[in-house]
Amino acid sequence: MRHIVLRSSILCAAVGGALMASPAFAKDVSACLITKTDNNPYFVKMREGALQQAKKLNVSLKTYAGKYDGDNQSQVDAIETCMADGVNGILITASNTSAIVPTVEKARKAGIMVIALDTTLQPTNAADATFATDNFQAGKLDGEWARKRLGDKKAHIAFLDLATSQPSVGVQRDQGFMKGFGIDIKDPHKWGDESDPRIVGHDVTGGAEDGGRKAMENLLQQNPSINLVYAINEPAAAGAYQALKSVGMEKQVTIVAIDGSCDGVKNVRDGVIGATAQQYPLIMASKGIQAIKTFAETGKKPQTSPGLDFTNTGVNLITDHPVKGVPSIDSKAGLKKCWG
Amino acid sequence: MNSNTQPILTARGLTKNYGRVTALDNADFDLYPGEVLAVIGDNGAGKSTLIKAISGAVIPDSGEIRLNGKPVQFASPMKARDAGIETVYQTLALSPALSIADNMFLGREIRRSGILGSVFRMLDRPRMERFAKDKLSELGILTIQNIGQAVETLSGGQRQGVAVARAAAFAAKLIIMDEPTAALGVKESGRVLELIRDVQKRGLPIVLISHNMPHVFEVADRVHIHRLGRRIAVVDPKSISPSDAVAIMTGAQEPPRDSAAA
Amino acid sequence: MNDTADPDDDSGATGQPSSFDVRRRTPVQHIQHFLHGNPAAVPVIVVIASLIFFAIAVGSKFYSAFALTLILQQVAITGIVSAGETLIILTAGIDLSVGAIMVLSSVVMGQFAMHYGVPGYIAVLAGLTAGAGCGLINGLLVSLVKLPPFIVTLGSWSVFGAATYIYSGNETVRSQDIDHVAPILHFFGESFRVGNAVFTYGVILMVVLSGVLWFALNHTAWGRHVYAVGDDKDAALLSGIHTGRVLVSVYVVTGLICGLAGWALIGRIGSVSPQAGQLENINAITAVVIGGTSLFGGRGSILGTLFGALIVGVFSLGLRLLGTDPQWTQLTVGALIIIAVTTDQWIRKVSA
Repeated sequence: MRHIVLRSSILCAAVGGALMASPAFAKDVSACLITKTDNNPYFVKMREGALQQAKKLNVSLKTYAGKYDGDNQSQVDAIETCMADGVNGILITASNTSAIVPTVEKARKAGIMVIALDTTLQPTNAADATFATDNFQAGKLDGEWARKRLGDKKAHIAFLDLATSQPSVGVQRDQGFMKGFGIDIKDPHKWGDESDPRIVGHDVTGGAEDGGRKAMENLLQQNPSINLVYAINEPAAAGAYQALKSVGMEKQVTIVAIDGSCDGVKNVRDGVIGATAQQYPLIMASKGIQAIKTFAETGKKPQTSPGLDFTNTGVNLITDHPVKGVPSIDSKAGLKKCWG
Repeated sequence: MNSNTQPILTARGLTKNYGRVTALDNADFDLYPGEVLAVIGDNGAGKSTLIKAISGAVIPDSGEIRLNGKPVQFASPMKARDAGIETVYQTLALSPALSIADNMFLGREIRRSGILGSVFRMLDRPRMERFAKDKLSELGILTIQNIGQAVETLSGGQRQGVAVARAAAFAAKLIIMDEPTAALGVKESGRVLELIRDVQKRGLPIVLISHNMPHVFEVADRVHIHRLGRRIAVVDPKSISPSDAVAIMTGAQEPPRDSAAA
Repeated sequence: MNDTADPDDDSGATGQPSSFDVRRRTPVQHIQHFLHGNPAAVPVIVVIASLIFFAIAVGSKFYSAFALTLILQQVAITGIVSAGETLIILTAGIDLSVGAIMVLSSVVMGQFAMHYGVPGYIAVLAGLTAGAGCGLINGLLVSLVKLPPFIVTLGSWSVFGAATYIYSGNETVRSQDIDHVAPILHFFGESFRVGNAVFTYGVILMVVLSGVLWFALNHTAWGRHVYAVGDDKDAALLSGIHTGRVLVSVYVVTGLICGLAGWALIGRIGSVSPQAGQLENINAITAVVIGGTSLFGGRGSILGTLFGALIVGVFSLGLRLLGTDPQWTQLTVGALIIIAVTTDQWIRKVSA
């Protein structure tokens, strides 16, 4: 029995390899896009961008998604399906950036180019390339802006983070914000170990409105003098605003967020969010498809951005209250580039 | 004993087949007012199908059932119940978590009068509890301290008592009791047999299905012996011994000549 | 449990020939019987004890009218959904789709108001109808097709969830836009103050709904039938209860309640978000279980659930204010679930 399984898997691998190697099949470039979920507007937009670009470049693209954020198993299944499908390249926003690595390695051994989108794998070089927002930089822009915006006022900061498991995206944004604000971040791989008295506390939101509201209420109860809120994303920020509004504090508190969705940018325009760092999932996706096409035709892999171990797809701070020394664009310009 | 009066319930020529298995084969049945009629039969003799046909749980393929002389057809146990036939199931069909009063009225609750009842559908608890209490004391089962206590806090015998009281309270014509003592100890069985007599005294005829010959011979006025899908004999327990009844039931002995369809 | 028992179990009947046996009880059994007869007692005791504990441990920050009413606001959504979940669990079912129905209803309200341009109250009615409709689908599958509720709602959870995303195109409707077009959607988020206490209409809804369901469960035939169906379905059927109709009605009512929760959710978070409420089914089941309702059906109370939801709220705010990490809240709530079920098992032994 074991022998049969073993032999058939060797056979599969051999057939797969043959498919990959055969120039007859290389004419049609095919790719897979695997997102964390298929319901978050961010990933919906990313998928749209990828499909558009794929159509333009004549790449056949299949899309897969996990069932929930953190669903590693579905992503493993998806990679295996793509391998069986004999694709040239896989684009993946990994739900679990280290647990996915062995499967990614299998795919790469089979000659498939794997590109991480949005989030770097751990280690980063487990993927052939990464197109992502520099999340640390995004947070840092928020932090720098907030420090100038508050000026001489003593800051009391609430941190509305993603989840208790401290996924890397959330940690990078959080720690970037602190860095930009001038807080000693100690271990940059986790939040909560800082001792700066300006920090009121951290709470988790799940990146959604209901979580944002509850976390904000909890922290306000801990210290009602909060005047600055860092939110992991714009839905969490909207929830926090709702909590502040219910106690009449929405005018005294500045909220910063990260994402740059159209709703988020509108909230910047309407004064709900002070500033948000906009990222570009469409660019990640289209660059990813382009890279797979190039790789399939020429075997060349994309270059990383200078000073980083991945390809930065850029981030812009969007605010209608620009401060000196921090580059930003206004909400009008932001609305033209927004997603979702 | 009741040969002069009209039977309250009769069945003639009941037949029921399940595929090639014949459960009822031209079976007859008679129940007279005020009597306790025991139905005995070996396993597979068809006595439970007979009882189900009378209580509406099984619809016979052919044959006729008459209640007070009028032909009736029960499509479901509900219909039989509406016609005045109450059944005390072997499982009792009580809701353990509900109170004694709620159980007695399950499926036929009384609502408050006025707007509370018509608009808010509010139950008339005081009335239901008073009624339940009355019925239980009539049958002498009132050691139960609290009519509002859950049935599951009662002993097996007490539960049987509640089920019987429920049947007795609502039965207009007759009560069928399926193996009422099967799950009980000696003492509690004794109480249930007393209860059967109490119900009988209040004028309701009872059909008692039981495997327990001593119990059958203690309370029954007549014994209907079922064998191979039909009534093979009806005997007077005072004139026949339990072992003879069992012998007839199992076919080891011919039924007495005068016992045909009495 | 009771080893101080009478030498003769049947002794109670002596001298009372016409009575069934009555056993004497030990103090522990008295407690057991009391809890058995008053299923909401345990959660009430736990709420009071935890309030006292946090009042001492945290001080005035916790023990203030504002903070205590904040807990009410925070548990309102879960409180409403779990009231519906209680009905289902009382019938020995479980509904995994409650959160999905809630979000779907809120999205229907948002879409109707924003994209179809109907008046706010029509949008609300449409959302409530959608909620009841989802419940009807669950109910028919459970009662007519006779599938296990776990399987039905495991499936419908995904179906309703996906329907929400497809229907809304994953779009959030922002709070500001709702205020312009259909402020009625924010009704349950509006608040009034009594001194320092702040009550939202969502909180009022939770309390009133619990009261109405308490009445229906305890003082109407329907309520008794809900218990009877969950307790022993065959017995209920033999007692003349239309068990199928009772089941369908329970799922429809729960769907409608989830629709109300969806409305209240818009009030709480301001926007209409397909992303919100992802864990609401788990939160609701947690509240029901901590509130002492048995997953085996037929036993429990709506007030217990209300207090169960409050216990979770008290612990999460209390622990937060003590300065513990959010992980500890999760751990504590998990422990509470296990303790609650253990207690339920013990109380059930009354009948044994």
